[in-house]
Amino acid sequence: MKDKLTISCSKTNLATIRAFVSDILISNDVQEIEAHKLVLAVDEICANLIIHSNKCNPSHKLEVQVDMSPHQLVTFIIKDQGIKFNLSAYSEPTMDEIVNSRRKGGVGLMLVKRIMDKIEFSTEKNYNICKLTKKLNK
Amino acid sequence: MVEINTHTEEDIQVIDVAGEIDASSSIELDNALNHASKNFKKILIDLGQLEYISSAGLGVFISYLEELKKEEVKLVIYGLQEQVSEVFEILGLQHLMNISGSKEEALTVLNEG
Repeated sequence: MKDKLTISCSKTNLATIRAFVSDILISNDVQEIEAHKLVLAVDEICANLIIHSNKCNPSHKLEVQVDMSPHQLVTFIIKDQGIKFNLSAYSEPTMDEIVNSRRKGGVGLMLVKRIMDKIEFSTEKNYNICKLTKKLNK
Repeated sequence: MVEINTHTEEDIQVIDVAGEIDASSSIELDNALNHASKNFKKILIDLGQLEYISSAGLGVFISYLEELKKEEVKLVIYGLQEQVSEVFEILGLQHLMNISGSKEEALTVLNEG
């Protein structure tokens, strides 16, 4: 199965990204509830990159790669060429702060941090790379 | 793709949500909640047909919590599928929102006190 998807930066493509990731995970026997959470983590990162880093510009491309390695380690590599995200400058708000602010955003990265074991952002040539890893329990 | 249908049962605004709520479709949930919160004191949301929700959808619910409290509007959601329920629980939203298993249970919560 093809493990890399290149798609334009449009929010309506999130469903295609989810289906792509889900198909790979399910075909690799990842349990359904676990697969659902991993798909969510990828969706959250891609939504952030599409909306904030690439301003929903459909001429910009996003690349999503899924690596299923032995020992139940799953790695997602998401590449784009938009505005770089600085994870070290991100401080996670508390749920109280989010509720009190009445804003609609702010919990995406919180979800990803709780679902994945590791989130790494780096830059290589002209690409921003987000790498998500998770050791699956069987 | 999300499908949202609304109807009224006595003094309750019922919102049925089906499909998937992500960053491209959360605006529809926002519109439905905005209308309901301004016009009703009791809101019942059936999530039984909701297969997926991302932070964009959760964020919509969270953004109304303070206003609903201030305006004394009671909101109960029910019927969450297991994978959707898990996402609410990752953020601990079961402690901040009224979440029921069935419609009967949800109506009891909605009509009490």
